[in-house]
Amino acid sequence: MTGPTGEAGSAGAAGSAAGAGTAGTAGGVSEPTLSPLLSGRGLTRTFRLPRRSPLQPGPVRHALVDADLDVGPGESVALIGESGSGKSTLVRLLLALDRPTDGTVTFDGRPVEPGRAAQLRWFRRQTGVVLQDPYSSLDPRMRVGDTVAEPLRHLHVAGDHRALVAEVLERVGLDAADAERWPHEFSGGQRQRIALARAVVHRPRLLVGDEPMSALDVTVRAQIIELLRELRTDLGLSLLLVSHDIGLVQHLADRVAVLRDGRVVEQGTTDDVLQRPQHEYTRSLIASVPTID
Amino acid sequence: MTLEIDHLTVTIGDRAVVDDLSLRLDDGARLGLIGESGSGKSLTTLAVLGLLPRTARVAGSVRLDGRELLGLPERDLARVRGAVVGTVFQDPRTALDPVMTVGRQIAEPLRLHGTVTRREARRRAVEAAAEVGLPEPDRIVDRYPHQLSGGQRQRVVIATALITRPAVLLADEPTTALDVTTQAEVLRLFRRLVDERGASLLFVTHDLAVLAQVAEEAVVLSQGRAVESGPVTRLLHAPEHPVTRGLVAATRATTWRAS
Repeated sequence: MTGPTGEAGSAGAAGSAAGAGTAGTAGGVSEPTLSPLLSGRGLTRTFRLPRRSPLQPGPVRHALVDADLDVGPGESVALIGESGSGKSTLVRLLLALDRPTDGTVTFDGRPVEPGRAAQLRWFRRQTGVVLQDPYSSLDPRMRVGDTVAEPLRHLHVAGDHRALVAEVLERVGLDAADAERWPHEFSGGQRQRIALARAVVHRPRLLVGDEPMSALDVTVRAQIIELLRELRTDLGLSLLLVSHDIGLVQHLADRVAVLRDGRVVEQGTTDDVLQRPQHEYTRSLIASVPTID
Repeated sequence: MTLEIDHLTVTIGDRAVVDDLSLRLDDGARLGLIGESGSGKSLTTLAVLGLLPRTARVAGSVRLDGRELLGLPERDLARVRGAVVGTVFQDPRTALDPVMTVGRQIAEPLRLHGTVTRREARRRAVEAAAEVGLPEPDRIVDRYPHQLSGGQRQRVVIATALITRPAVLLADEPTTALDVTTQAEVLRLFRRLVDERGASLLFVTHDLAVLAQVAEEAVVLSQGRAVESGPVTRLLHAPEHPVTRGLVAATRATTWRAS
């Protein structure tokens, strides 16, 4: 294996990338010394598979092995890799939706551990999530306004919820009056805007997107990329994107981590990793992406 | 075999979802049909196959080597669908029967469209599996879809479409659900099969970058109408219609660019 491996790591790769003179890349690459907003260290998740013989325990599958990942304040970080590479596992661990077999997650220096909703409320207030499919991520029986206001209720956010909802709908390019309408009245792109409104209505500091564009048409994709850029600047959001869409990553991320078979095989600035990939796997991944030039 | 679509109009309710569309797919040609969701591209392929929903009304003409397909009785259409036209749809997870072995699915068109012995069907399935690059073809035919990866499943779907050696291949977003490396392999496979077999390919997609990998010519659809057509490189570098220009601009803003 060439290039930085998972363990030496991620820390080493980030360090060398920053040392290699990364000035000029978009939006301020965080220095390793600056304390990260979200930080995962040595994250490992194994699953015990069903036993094949009654006498022996089942084999262990390593979904994620010793992964380190930081997202700095205001920084946009992308996780790329193919299906089964461990990107979703890593995000689930970072969001405390699953408990690591080993390793730790901290947010702003404070440990994050899966647990009861009340114990995690502080963390949920700091994070928002957008998922892949805007058709299934919205409850068809809830008015848009109620769907968008849901995090405010669940997270016990103080203030005038109706006003906050109206404000956030306008922020994502919809109408305040859309709060009274139903999801089926909207196109896929508009629904993804609704999903984004819901993800940022409680003013989180970190927005996590799991393949947020894959169900969208290309013109809508371009609009949502623009919107995410705006939200990032206006709200000072940090972004953590999970995607197999290299184009999206190139247009949105400051830093990229490449996962394969549960290991971070390479990470660094977007420009370094995508334009000058060190790891053989990253090279083959990028060579496969269709281009139009 | 030449596929000619003339003044095709598909109406659902009082809306023309395909509106006066004409195109021609010559022997050995690779033609793209590009547009956003709702532009009518998938309905066009369904109209060719006679698979439109019952509520749809169809006017115009779809001819294969001069033979009119619109209005053919279902029995004749079924024969055309398997033997002459092979189809690959988007999602390999839903296109395959989970309780049928890979080999039986690949050979199913043969059993439906001809009289082959079980042994002959299996032999042809193994052959088709090898042709689309499935590993260990003589063993993989005995496995079930859930035991395969997404890319392997899409290869099974393609093998199924190819087993009758159709003269025309219709592919509707066949790589959308796939990882990029698998997508690249499947696109290479399509190009090779068309080149080696002399079949023609109608490739439906919303992705210009993908289209540029497989098609030489393309028709741009918007709201059921063909707004522009021509060589793909010309559409990319000198788009004329505002819809094409919008697609190209959005593609440039979202797809990967090496520096």
